[in-house]
Amino acid sequence: MKLSRKFLSDYVEIDDISTKQLAEDMTNVGNEYDSCEKLIPATNLVIGKVLECSDHPDSDHLHVCKVDIGTEVLDIVCGAPNCRKDLKVIVAKVGAKLPDGEIKAGKIRGCDSNGMLCAMSELGLDSKFLKEEDYSGIYELDEDAIVGEDPIKYLGLDDEVIDFELTSNRGDLLSILGMAYEVGAIYSKKVKDIDLSYNEEGNINFNLKIETDACPLFLAKQVKNVTIKESPEFIKNRLIASGIRPINNVVDISNYVMLETGQPLHFYDNDRLGDTILVRMAEDNEKLTTLDNEERTLTSEDIVITDSKNAVGLAGVMGGLSTEIENDTKNILIEAAIFNNVKIRKTAKKILRSEASNRFEKGLDPKRTYMAIDRCCNLLSKYADATIVGGLVEYNKTNSEDKIIEVSLDKINKVLGVKITEEEVIDILTRLGFEVTSNNKIFTVIVPSRRLDISIKEDIIEEVGRYYGMDNIIGTTMTLPLKEGKYDKTIRQIKNKMISMGLDEALSYALIPESEVNKFTLDKFTHINLADPMSEDRKTLRYSLLYSLKEIYEYNKARNYKNVCVFEIGKGFYKENDEYKEEQKLACLMTGDYYLDINDKKVDFYVIKGVVEELLDFLGYNGRYSITEGNLSSEFHPGQSAVIVLQGKEIGVIGRLHPNVTKDPVFVFEINLDKLLVNKVSTIKMKEISKFLPMTKDLAFILDKNTPSKKIEDIIKKAGGKLLNSIKVFDVYTGENVSENEKSIAYKLEFLDNTKTLTEDEVMPIFNKIIEEVEKNGARIRDK
Amino acid sequence: MEKLLNEIKEKIENVTDLKTLNELKVEYLSKKGPITELSLKMKDLSIEEKKEYGMKLNAFKTEVNNLFDTLKEKLEIEELNKKLESEKIDITLPSKRIRKGSKHPMTRIKEELEDLFVSMGYEVYDGPEIETDENCFQKLNLPLGHPARDAQDTFYLENEYEAFLLRSQTSTGQVRVMEANQDKGPIRIVCPGKVYRRDDDATHSHQFMQMEGLVIDENVSMADLKGTLETFCKKLLGEKTNVRFRPSYFPFTEPSVEVDVTCFKCGGKGCSLCKQTGWIEVLGAGMVHPNVLSMCGYDPEKYQGFAFGTGLDRFAMFKYGITDIRTMYGNDERFLNQFSRKDD
Repeated sequence: MKLSRKFLSDYVEIDDISTKQLAEDMTNVGNEYDSCEKLIPATNLVIGKVLECSDHPDSDHLHVCKVDIGTEVLDIVCGAPNCRKDLKVIVAKVGAKLPDGEIKAGKIRGCDSNGMLCAMSELGLDSKFLKEEDYSGIYELDEDAIVGEDPIKYLGLDDEVIDFELTSNRGDLLSILGMAYEVGAIYSKKVKDIDLSYNEEGNINFNLKIETDACPLFLAKQVKNVTIKESPEFIKNRLIASGIRPINNVVDISNYVMLETGQPLHFYDNDRLGDTILVRMAEDNEKLTTLDNEERTLTSEDIVITDSKNAVGLAGVMGGLSTEIENDTKNILIEAAIFNNVKIRKTAKKILRSEASNRFEKGLDPKRTYMAIDRCCNLLSKYADATIVGGLVEYNKTNSEDKIIEVSLDKINKVLGVKITEEEVIDILTRLGFEVTSNNKIFTVIVPSRRLDISIKEDIIEEVGRYYGMDNIIGTTMTLPLKEGKYDKTIRQIKNKMISMGLDEALSYALIPESEVNKFTLDKFTHINLADPMSEDRKTLRYSLLYSLKEIYEYNKARNYKNVCVFEIGKGFYKENDEYKEEQKLACLMTGDYYLDINDKKVDFYVIKGVVEELLDFLGYNGRYSITEGNLSSEFHPGQSAVIVLQGKEIGVIGRLHPNVTKDPVFVFEINLDKLLVNKVSTIKMKEISKFLPMTKDLAFILDKNTPSKKIEDIIKKAGGKLLNSIKVFDVYTGENVSENEKSIAYKLEFLDNTKTLTEDEVMPIFNKIIEEVEKNGARIRDK
Repeated sequence: MEKLLNEIKEKIENVTDLKTLNELKVEYLSKKGPITELSLKMKDLSIEEKKEYGMKLNAFKTEVNNLFDTLKEKLEIEELNKKLESEKIDITLPSKRIRKGSKHPMTRIKEELEDLFVSMGYEVYDGPEIETDENCFQKLNLPLGHPARDAQDTFYLENEYEAFLLRSQTSTGQVRVMEANQDKGPIRIVCPGKVYRRDDDATHSHQFMQMEGLVIDENVSMADLKGTLETFCKKLLGEKTNVRFRPSYFPFTEPSVEVDVTCFKCGGKGCSLCKQTGWIEVLGAGMVHPNVLSMCGYDPEKYQGFAFGTGLDRFAMFKYGITDIRTMYGNDERFLNQFSRKDD
């Protein structure tokens, strides 16, 4: 909301307060501003008179002028075609700051030029207020302009504008009157009366039918014999300062009254409208051509104004073209109404958000609706020679009862945490225009009808707080009972573990392209799309995080950074049995250098497998999980991938990305943390350390290339029984002495008894049994 | 004996390694060696002679042994030194280690704030990111069609308009915790988490992080809110930070305030970051609206409380000097790598 200082001072006296101060004081009571500026930012301007104007000797369009500015006569070179002798002009003196730069003394093609004659477009007025002639030539002041004086003041544009960013509950401040009450409350000043006087002739003859409860108030007033012309300067200037383009006196008055009262108005050409208005909900696919000459297709959610047959206006949003005020309009029907704010909001969102719809959305005070009609009549009779027809056609289902709220001094102090007195409360509320009575420190407050935002005692407390000064509240230390703070440590521990293993934590978007959502998984699930995505790339909620990590890899690779080791913890989303589900997942991608020494060892399957095992062991799942062959999606390398299984349940996948996804050796894993962490882990309990020495035995088998080592280990474990303490693979060999379809794996076995030191005689039978069992399963011993 | 001693001394002088020394020792001190021979002579002597000879022989043996031991020690040291010399390495070559890992700046800020509030007795709560319109708006006093909904351009799920959405604010945590709290007694929580809005530019990302705080008790006031936020802002942004309350409007709090802190760039003198005001807006806060309390099962006549909400992205950007929010979601390794060390 752009607030014109001049407009405001029509209703409240602010002579001794600077505009900047006003803006700051308004901010302190909760009305933040975006900017506070002069309407015309140009400086050092003066009214001048062209004494001489001759053609420049070296130019076909420049003029050399002598310009009287009262204190002196300046030589100025001017290029405007309308520059001529005796013209009163706006002179920017040397040193003047204009939006396009500072004016300096100098020579233009050899002739002295000590200033500039200005076009309106050069002063910094927004382009929407400028006409063609404001660009094509210098501004021509009227003959009565006094040489030497300030031209901005002469034109009445010496205004200052505060652009407020109002909160959505304060619809009442979308009016000069509302602002005046707020400002008046700050400085304890009375709001001046608005002139609502006019004479009437005859009696209205008009039919009004309201067929929807989305229109609780509708007023219609007839005005005859208007003269359409330009508005007086003060109306035009106040509209410009408020950001509205002047059109003609009648249209301008409807906007002017909206700005003053906050009540949007619509003027119909009464002769084209006829003698009836019917307000109803639109029919689906009903058509209406609006003022901007666009044909709109309506739905049953839109409120329309009709002449009983055809739609003539889209209520609260835009009028219809067929009944528009034109230059030959004589008779007017004024509409001032209140429409359902939610309905207007929906329609406006669809069609156009305007000054009017904004006000309807925020809610209106019915008293202002009546006031606006009277103010229109007052101004139309003064500035459009209108004859006001007696009587008002009205439909009113609004509640006009006063809102009365009770609140105790104790509650006010308890909520705000202050010690404010009874007198202070009464003073603040009275300044704000509330009627207050106090009985035993309990206030009874009558709320002014314009304050639609106030309905409960907390609202009153807020009003007191605003004017007491929220910032004057002194911070206190809460006296609450001691209580242990808590958070779920596991996710942090997982992150810290992953980081300690050399991985960078990434943070990516949960929204991905729909085409990617089924990748990196064989799970069958229903994915979730957005109703109205920003783009196709951000349409679908991810199920797996691996697509995002692959994107991170590609992003870095494109920047020639190929050592990517990242992980992310985030949610995977899906829909199941009409329920939306989200599961916490940990995903990791590794490629390139992991070890930083001079050996050029790159990340391979075993490196990332190590990360998974280290993490799961750290989390306490040692011995409860396995990484085994399984079915994986086609994004994985079929020979270098596996599933991660914990106590019979698949909790994740691990492997190299398929060459179809990327040719580089890129390895990933993903673990469903929800599925993992439901498995409880016991606390650490110390085990007695054996006092006896272990015995170790080495053993190598030759086996089929495709037999997993895990299978052999399982057999060894089973045959080894209780005394077998550990198995470790220490060599894998293919090549000479081993046939092409085979491999040799060497194991180090450790035997231990907690009750005695083992002897050869005790270990050998077990050792032989192990060999026997393994050989039964297709492998053969290489050497002992 | 003297002759033998000289012979040994002479031979020993030329020995330079332990192996030769050992051979020499075997030669003279073995059971068949000359020294054994000397002791065999004992049996032919009288008792008197035996005594004298024995003493001489012992002294001689000791001297020979000393000769060998002294040289052995010397040679051992020499040998060890030689070995150490040969084992010398270039200590300036690169170490064997794995790459550094790093913690994302957003996680850093989140954990810092969580720790701070946990130390003040708050519990950390994080709810689902897919929410109902009810939890995200209606129970926060934003009924359907409320104009304040415009400030948050919400992502609804397909075919779920005004029903299911991606949460646009972590205030949903307020609703969930209040509703779940069976005894409807005091609450002290913070809810950090991801939120989503239709917005994308240098200072807005369609996905970002917020943290909501909520305290409910019988006598919690605006002054307590201010005290809490003062502690929080000073801790996070430095002791010199001041906190300013400006009245504002949020549908779920009444009264509502916007909270400014001393500009961290200029310290309050005025700069481009704070638009010459010396203040930066970092939080929205207020007293929980009685409608919210009663919709979540609390008696507004008995309980009151405060709530506050802040964007974690902004704090991370301020703290680490990140100018474009999208950098934080870009995951450039050269960006992530910068966060690989401790930073208190």
